[in-house]
Amino acid sequence: MNRSMTAPISAPAQASILLDAMKRDRGGQILLGLLLLVGILVPLLNLGVAEGSALHLSTYAVTLFGKYLCYALLAIAVDLVWGYCGILSLGHTAFFALGGYAIGMYLMRQIGTRGVYGDPILPDFMVFLNWKELPWFWQGMNHFPLAALMVVLVPGLLALVFGWLAFRSRVTGVYLSIITQALTFALLLAFFRNEMGFGGNNGLTDFKELLGVDLKLPGMRIALFLTTVVFLALGYLACRYIVASRFGRVVQAIRDAEGRTRFIGYKVESYKLWIWVFSAMLAGVAGALYVPQVGIINPGEFAPINSIEVVIWVAVGGRGTLYGAVVGAVLVNYAKTYFTAALPEIWLYALGALFVFATLFLPQGVVGLLKSRTGAKA
Amino acid sequence: MSALPAGTGPVGLRIKPTGKRRSTNAPNPDLSHNIILYVEGVTLSFDGFKALNDLSLYIETGELRCIIGPNGAGKTTMMDVITGKTRPDTGSAWFGQSIDLLGLSEPEIAQAGIGRKFQKPTVFGEHSVFENLELAMASDKSVWKVLFAKLKAEQRDRIHEVLGIIGLKDRIHSPAGALSHGQKQWLEIGMLLMQDPLLLLVDEPVAGMTPQETERTAELLVSLAGKHSVVVVEHDMNFVRSIARKVTVLHEGHVLAEGSMDEVQNHPRVKEVYLGE
Repeated sequence: MNRSMTAPISAPAQASILLDAMKRDRGGQILLGLLLLVGILVPLLNLGVAEGSALHLSTYAVTLFGKYLCYALLAIAVDLVWGYCGILSLGHTAFFALGGYAIGMYLMRQIGTRGVYGDPILPDFMVFLNWKELPWFWQGMNHFPLAALMVVLVPGLLALVFGWLAFRSRVTGVYLSIITQALTFALLLAFFRNEMGFGGNNGLTDFKELLGVDLKLPGMRIALFLTTVVFLALGYLACRYIVASRFGRVVQAIRDAEGRTRFIGYKVESYKLWIWVFSAMLAGVAGALYVPQVGIINPGEFAPINSIEVVIWVAVGGRGTLYGAVVGAVLVNYAKTYFTAALPEIWLYALGALFVFATLFLPQGVVGLLKSRTGAKA
Repeated sequence: MSALPAGTGPVGLRIKPTGKRRSTNAPNPDLSHNIILYVEGVTLSFDGFKALNDLSLYIETGELRCIIGPNGAGKTTMMDVITGKTRPDTGSAWFGQSIDLLGLSEPEIAQAGIGRKFQKPTVFGEHSVFENLELAMASDKSVWKVLFAKLKAEQRDRIHEVLGIIGLKDRIHSPAGALSHGQKQWLEIGMLLMQDPLLLLVDEPVAGMTPQETERTAELLVSLAGKHSVVVVEHDMNFVRSIARKVTVLHEGHVLAEGSMDEVQNHPRVKEVYLGE
C-alpha cells in the first residue's frame, strides 16, 4: 500500500496532463499542424520538384526557414521564463551562442586535413596563432555525443551558477535584466579574444561535414531542417507540459506574487533556478541547430542587441502563450529578411517602432489580437 | 455553524496539533510542554526605532489568542519574525520545543506548519479559485515532485470540502482576481486551511467584510481553535470580544497586558494607552 503512494512517476498520469493541455491549446494544435505541413511540403518542394518549376523551393529558402525555426525555439525558451515566471532575460542569446559554439567545435574538428593549413588535429585558426597543441576544452569534441552533451551542459551550467547567485540574493525585475545583459556582453568580449581559443573575431566557420555527411548536400539541408522541425515540436510540447503541470502553476504564482508563494511553502529560488536552467538548455539546443545551417558562429551572436530582439519577438507574438513566441519569431525575422534586403538603413527603426507599437496597441501580441477576433465571432 | 452554506462538511482540519502531520515531510514540533510557540526577548529596530522591544509571548497548544494594540505596536512585525520574513536583532522564537524558527526560511517555516493570512488579501489573481487552493495544499513542495504531481482523489475531495467551508463552490473556476474583497479574504482563509497548519497566524481577517461575513469568520476561527492554535491580530474590538478567550495587548513592541477581555479592558495601563482614558 505504501509502495503505491511513494511510487515515482507514473507515465500515463504525466501523459494525460500533456494531452489535456494540448486539447485546450488551440494555438499549439495549429502550430504542430503547421510544423507537420512544412515538414512534408518543404522536402517535397525542394527535392521533389525540378529546379526550373515555379513550385520549386530553393535550398536558400530551406535554410532560411530552418533559421527562423531555430529562432522560434529560442523565443519559446525566452517566453517560458519571461511569460510564465516573470524573469525578463536580456541575455538569452548567450546560451544560444554557447550551444552553437559547442556544435561548432565539433564541426571544426571534422574538417581535419581539408583545412587551409591541412593540420589533421588543429583547426586553422590555432595553426595561424602558432598553437602547438589542442587546448584541453577542445579534447574529445570530435566525438558527436560529447559535443551534443556540451550543447545542453555548458549553457545549463552557466545558467545554474548565474541563477543560483542571482536568485539566492533575490535579485529581481529590472536589476536581473541588467545583469543578464552584462552576462552576455562579458561573454561577447571574452569570445572576441583570440586567447580564449574559440577563433576570436572570426569565430568558427568553413564547416565541411556533420556525422560524416557533407553539409552542402541538398539532402543534408533538408535533414537539418527536419531535425529543427522535430526539436521545435518537442521543445514546444516539453514547455507546454511544464506550464500545464502543477510546477507551471507554482511558477506563474511566483510571477504574480512571489512573497505569497514563499509563505505557502514553496522554495521560490529553486523553482526559478530550475526553469531558468531548463530554458537556457533549450536555448543551447536552438543554437546548436542554428550553426550547421548558417555555417558560422562568431562572437557577434553574443551581442546584447540580439537578446533584446528575442524579447521583441516574444512581445510581438504574444507573451505567455508559447505559440505566440513562435509566431513573433517567424514574423519579425521574415520582416527583417525583407527589410534588410530592401531598405537596410531603416530596419532598426522599423524594429523599434514595431516594439513600441506592440507594447502600446498589442499588449497580448499578434496572437492576442487573433484570439479576440475569433472570440468576438464565436 | 448555522451561518455556513448548506451542505458543507465539518469545519477545520483533520489533524490534531499533537498528532502526526499529514502529507508533509517536515519534522513535527515537539509539543510535550503544551506550548506551540515561544517568542522570547525579541527586539528588532529599524533605524533606531524599536518595532519590537523585548517582546515575549507564549501560545498554548490549541489556544485561540487575540492580539490587539494601537497602530505601530508591532503586531505585524511580530508575525514577520515568526514567519521568517524578518530576522530580529536579539531574542529567540521556537515552534514547540524543538524547532528554532530563526534558523529557517519562509518556505521551511510554512512547511513546518505555520500558516499565515495577510492583512491585505493576497491570492493568485490569474489562477482559478480551485488552483489557488491546490497550490496551498499541504504536500511535498520540492521542484521535481511538483513537476510530476498529479492530484489524488482524496486531495480533490479535500479541496471541494474547503470550497464548501469558504462558500466559494460556485466560483470554483473563476479567476481569483475577479472575486470581491470579502471573497478574497475567504479564499485566503481557505488556502490557510489547505496548508494544514498547526499554528495559524491571522492578520486582520475581517477587514472589509460585511457583518454576516464577519460572523461566519468568527465561527470558523472559534471552531478551529482546540484542534489548532490560532493567533488573530484584529482592530475590530467587537470581533475580538466575540471570539477571544485570551487577549494580549501590545504597545510599542512590548506586551502591555494579557488576560481575558474583561481583565484587559480594566487594566489601568491599557486604559491609559489604548482605550484612550
